[in-house]
Amino acid sequence: MSVQSSIWPLVAVLVSLLAAIPIMLSDRTPNLRESWTLLAALVKVGIVLTLLPAVLAGGGWEFTIAEVIPGVPLQLRVDAMGMFFALIASILWFFTSLYSIGYMRSLNEHAQTRYFASFAVAISATLGVAFAGNLLTMYLFYEMLSLSTYPLVTHEQNAEARKSGRKYLTYILGTSIGLALPAMLIVYNLAGNLDFTVGGVLAGSGVTPQTLALLVVLFLFGFAKAGIMPFHGWLPAAMVAPTPVSSFLHGVAVVKAGVFSILRVIFHILGPETLQAADLGAIITTLASVTLLVASLVALTQDNLKRRLAYSTIGQLSYMVLGAGMLTAAGMTGGMLHIAMHAFGKITLFFCAGAIYVAAGKKYISQMDGLGRQMPITFVAFFLGSLSIIGLPPLGGFISKWTLLVGAVEGEQLILVLVLLGSSLLNAAYFLPIVYRAFINPPPEGTVNGIKEAPIYCLGPICVTAAASLALFFFNGVFLQLAQQALGLGG
Amino acid sequence: MSVSNLHMYVMSAPLLTAFFVNLFGRKSPAVVAVLTLGSLAFSSLASLAVMGNVMVHGRISYVAGNWAAPYGIELVVDHLSAVMLILISVVALLASVSALKSVGQELPGREYQFFALYLILIAGLMGLVLTGDAFNLYVMLEITSITSYGLIAMGKGRAPLASFNYVIMGSVGACFYLLGVAYLYLMTGTLNMADMAQILPTIGGGAAVATALGFILVGLWVKMAFFPLHGWLPNAYSLAPTGAGLIAAPLVTKVTVYLMVRLMFWVFSSDYLFFTHPMVQSGIVWAATAGIICASALALAQRDLKRMLTYIIVAEVGYMVGGVWLANKTGLTGAVLHIVNDALMTLCLFLAVAAIVYKLGSGEFDKLQGIYRKMPITMAAFTVGAFSMIGVPPTAGFFSKWYLILGGIEAGHWEYVIALLFSSLVNAVLFFRIIEIGYFYKDEHDHGHEQRDEAPVLMQAPLVVCAVALIVIGLGSGPLVESIIKLALPAGF
Repeated sequence: MSVQSSIWPLVAVLVSLLAAIPIMLSDRTPNLRESWTLLAALVKVGIVLTLLPAVLAGGGWEFTIAEVIPGVPLQLRVDAMGMFFALIASILWFFTSLYSIGYMRSLNEHAQTRYFASFAVAISATLGVAFAGNLLTMYLFYEMLSLSTYPLVTHEQNAEARKSGRKYLTYILGTSIGLALPAMLIVYNLAGNLDFTVGGVLAGSGVTPQTLALLVVLFLFGFAKAGIMPFHGWLPAAMVAPTPVSSFLHGVAVVKAGVFSILRVIFHILGPETLQAADLGAIITTLASVTLLVASLVALTQDNLKRRLAYSTIGQLSYMVLGAGMLTAAGMTGGMLHIAMHAFGKITLFFCAGAIYVAAGKKYISQMDGLGRQMPITFVAFFLGSLSIIGLPPLGGFISKWTLLVGAVEGEQLILVLVLLGSSLLNAAYFLPIVYRAFINPPPEGTVNGIKEAPIYCLGPICVTAAASLALFFFNGVFLQLAQQALGLGG
Repeated sequence: MSVSNLHMYVMSAPLLTAFFVNLFGRKSPAVVAVLTLGSLAFSSLASLAVMGNVMVHGRISYVAGNWAAPYGIELVVDHLSAVMLILISVVALLASVSALKSVGQELPGREYQFFALYLILIAGLMGLVLTGDAFNLYVMLEITSITSYGLIAMGKGRAPLASFNYVIMGSVGACFYLLGVAYLYLMTGTLNMADMAQILPTIGGGAAVATALGFILVGLWVKMAFFPLHGWLPNAYSLAPTGAGLIAAPLVTKVTVYLMVRLMFWVFSSDYLFFTHPMVQSGIVWAATAGIICASALALAQRDLKRMLTYIIVAEVGYMVGGVWLANKTGLTGAVLHIVNDALMTLCLFLAVAAIVYKLGSGEFDKLQGIYRKMPITMAAFTVGAFSMIGVPPTAGFFSKWYLILGGIEAGHWEYVIALLFSSLVNAVLFFRIIEIGYFYKDEHDHGHEQRDEAPVLMQAPLVVCAVALIVIGLGSGPLVESIIKLALPAGF
């Protein structure tokens, strides 16, 4: 099957953006307002799913919005790699929306209309990043994502939130304008277009290794949403946002948009073979290895649960970049798979953190002694999520980490094998004590009982995503096939 | 009216109306409004028709008083001047809708004086774009300057002083330009620009010609506030009546950049400019770089919206001068596109500021808390203008910056590339600071929502049109460049 022209990719991207308008107009009727969100989420998942079969069959869909620069239109194209990310983002948005309703209402948060409207714009931008047909279009939606999440980070509107918002923009906008934009222009100057091409648009352009090395560094740091050190500081700061934002945007959509952009650039702009020929994979793997080890070590020291999860995310994002940097078939596949596996695992963990805050009002790990007895479902889900992130069977995370290990062995990079194993141990070291504390430690003396599970709107999504993490161990064929198609392997 | 003289009417309409405004507008501001809007609406429509004619017939020339060129004065319109003509008339029309309200508040009873000068200023700007005669250009330049002095001096407080400062700087600039033209006249014996362009290559690049070029450039740089000759601009534009800033800020500097392009490529030649003295070419790009960086840094130090915007204007002048002097097609394309885009985004921001000043009395940052709740539509449009200044796609500002940066990369002028990126980042800081103050500051004890208190519809309407135009032009920049801007560039370059 070939690529067909269709307006549906545009509809899939825009449906939530347009939903922002009725959301804002329904300011005074919260039930109606949330119906718009849920409706848009369902429509979005529906469209993405109807586009899926054609992509699996090797075809695709495209839509040109406008011809803006010679050779570079604003264009959406649904290919295997974009579908991979869109599938995760749209499905998880639906559950996050349900969760948001429970969370925001339980805490009686202010400015909920702005919250839901910004969220809707952010998910549009995320799908735009996924379905972008060329680097310019991806950059456009990447910026839109940065701008739409700023009001969510600054949601609290107190001095700390404003400071975090500033930090967020400084890191994200600063790097995308200062590093990614010039890198994109250099590529355009070399190749004459910015289309995502399997094998890389720069393949055969006669780019010098020096320029290529510069581009690798500019792109790696330019897409700072991926949190490669030293441009990771925004992520822990962004944890001041309400928990659904942290879970979906800073566990899935935003951070993965960063990783996705880097992977897109490595696979379809710079080209794995071009990088291999210039022997530049080492830059990527070194930066990623350092980030994942250091972030895991820092995570050990965090007492605030959300901050610990944030550092864990920084580390896990680097797994994906590390896999791509191995430039071996298994390594790159593993890197992509980890996007999916980590998404389901980490969103579960964040949902749990939010549920604990809603039900018990606790933010710090040291306060969670014995809490597992009062909130057993939440903590079982937390346990499953942790196991997936650590990479133990029978959870989804095992699949991606195993594939990464195979990739490291394939590339005969033993040091990376050690990094991966060492990091998994660190992952266990920062997650399992939480579970231990909650289930085994006795509750502190003199605490008031009567803490119950969080409301059903919160608990439902937690169960679904935790079960999904489990299911992904057994049923991951779709993601695997999409990943392989994106890399031009087999299918 | 015919194909050959329609562009003359575009210019004459505001010029003649200015006298009627002065005669009949003394009693009633309504008459001023009708006359001003009517003449500018006519000019806008007619300038679109002129563009259509140019697309069909190419360059169209009209000789004033039937004195044949090169001795008579020629009014010429080609693709580039047609674009400028549309830009000037449409920007003037949009600005005047808002200015009518603003002037009614700031200078009650003096509308007729203000708009008489305002219309002559617009006619002068159109004359600058149309004239094919180097001395007539000087006359038009003085018409625009003198009307600007008058408009600025109508402001309150220290405005007359700022205007006086501008008079001195502006006169020095005009002298430089006139001397340059005099040198050229001595060497070529003609004042007609097309004629000069024919004669100059035959007489070689002697010291007199080089001096002429130098004097003309310095003269124009003063008028366009190219750093470090920008000293007059921030005070003049921020102390002027808001209505004067509305028209001067988007147009005067941009039209002067147009003049530089026109004289560089249609009187001198690119070979002469870029190859006879190569150090000059890269020296000017370096000067533009310094200008962008310094003006951006100065903008950071401001605590008032209007003043902040004036420094951004100075930085943007550096963008365009640098782009023109990159000596490649991409850079020049970017510069010409940026003339259009920058005029529109400056207009958008100044219209928003006019609405804010109308409601709050000034644009000091401290007063802006809660402004998004009070004036949501104004601030939404302001945000679009801000994103365009920062260069967020798909707003127009991104695409001209794209060409400018690409031109810098092609020319190997990395310092210029870095300056543009730096300036974009500074703009991001500048505007997000305002968004943060206006949107996210909340008084911890204040739970009551601030009441909505928007500016009048007549101030919002042009603002919204302008903000939408920024996005439409951004999305349409492909066809715009391919079918209009490309034709407007000098042939053979």
